[in-house]
Amino acid sequence: MNKRIEQVYALFAEAKQPLKFMEVCGTHTMAAFRSGLRSLLPERLSLISGPGCPVCVTANDSINKAIAIAGCPDTIVATFGDMIKVPGSTTSLERVRAQGGHVHVVYSPLDALDLARKNPDKRVVFLGVGFETTVPGVAWTIKNSAETGVANFSVLCMHKTMPAAMAALVSAGPIDINGFLCPGHVSVVIGSNAYAFLAEKHKVPCVVAGFEPMDMVGAIEMLLRQIVEGRSSVEIEYSRSVTPEGNLAAQRIIQEVFEPCDAMWRGVGRIPGSGLKIRREYAAFDAELIFSDIAIESDDENPACICGKILRGVKTPYDCALFARQCTPSEPVGACMVSSEGTCAAYYAYAKKRGA
Amino acid sequence: MCLAVPAKIVSIDGEKAIIDTEGIRREVVVSLIPDPKVGDHVIVHAGFAIQKWSEADVAEFNGLMDEMRSVEPGAPGHGPHE
Ligand code: SF4
Repeated sequence: MNKRIEQVYALFAEAKQPLKFMEVCGTHTMAAFRSGLRSLLPERLSLISGPGCPVCVTANDSINKAIAIAGCPDTIVATFGDMIKVPGSTTSLERVRAQGGHVHVVYSPLDALDLARKNPDKRVVFLGVGFETTVPGVAWTIKNSAETGVANFSVLCMHKTMPAAMAALVSAGPIDINGFLCPGHVSVVIGSNAYAFLAEKHKVPCVVAGFEPMDMVGAIEMLLRQIVEGRSSVEIEYSRSVTPEGNLAAQRIIQEVFEPCDAMWRGVGRIPGSGLKIRREYAAFDAELIFSDIAIESDDENPACICGKILRGVKTPYDCALFARQCTPSEPVGACMVSSEGTCAAYYAYAKKRGA
Repeated sequence: MCLAVPAKIVSIDGEKAIIDTEGIRREVVVSLIPDPKVGDHVIVHAGFAIQKWSEADVAEFNGLMDEMRSVEPGAPGHGPHE
């Protein structure tokens, strides 16, 4: 057996208790499934998936707003691909597009800005979805459109920040998370120091992990070592990318363009200080203000969908009556089934049946 | 969302650069990383380089991939993350 995995078994035996580690990032969830990592780990050491898929945590209300904007005349909505299938209360961006609405899938906010330059008679609205990894690029794009005088570009800002959400999870209970596998690329930007309060105040061990399966095994080993030694601190396994301070240029541009605000997380609710909004200096690029008077559908979610509990790590997709029956990636009921990084989609692709 | 494969800078023009990821070329913004140079290995997210990797980091990455392949012979090769 591989040396690292042997270490995990040895340390787990020493820890003498079942353990739950939460991987907060959707890319980790996918990597763990794709590589078969879960099946390599001790049975009573479970990986639970947290609220780290940005599309999945986007509240219904925000989806409804994006859909309403896509229906406005002379307007193009530009978005990352994962967003278009997400069901709002009655429809999705994909269906709006099929009915003639202008919805473009882009790879980067830069592509959305290009779209605005090429269509000066249209309003181009980029859907700002994502955590701290995505935010610096969107900030740069807003700044660049201000500097180069692109007046028909704006951003519907739904960005969220990770540490506040992790704090909400540990203080809400009743799940006991024995350790966090902290997100790799969010941490590139914010630095590992951002999690210090989780280790110090909440006494939860934190290790920033890279995205290779062996990175994750290494990070699990580091978490186990903290537990065996009875300490909780913030450590970095992904040292080829992450420093304690993070990317300062990226942090500066975030602060220049955005300011913190409260944000609604699907299934978790309102978390103070966990969102970002566009600063007043850049109000001309804030779709929230530009489209402030459009009518939005009320935010009904399918009551049978338990996405919210899954995002908090309290339930798994197997607990949902709709999973793999009425709810599949081609006909998703909830957001967790839509995004390729959603927990329900990952279970569907790799472990449709319990024990698979 | 997170692409954790390093790309290589092949040319730079102001704040933008052309990068090469396993043969695919693309334009990205490099002004969020300190002192970008042609030949640097960078991690890219949605059109922006967010970090640099040293040669040693690239070697570590390749080592981890080899290690995983030895654990599970049938494991699929590493593809880009969505
Ligand atoms: S399987 Fe579908 S309906 Fe059930 S929780 Fe997941 S997304 Fe919601």
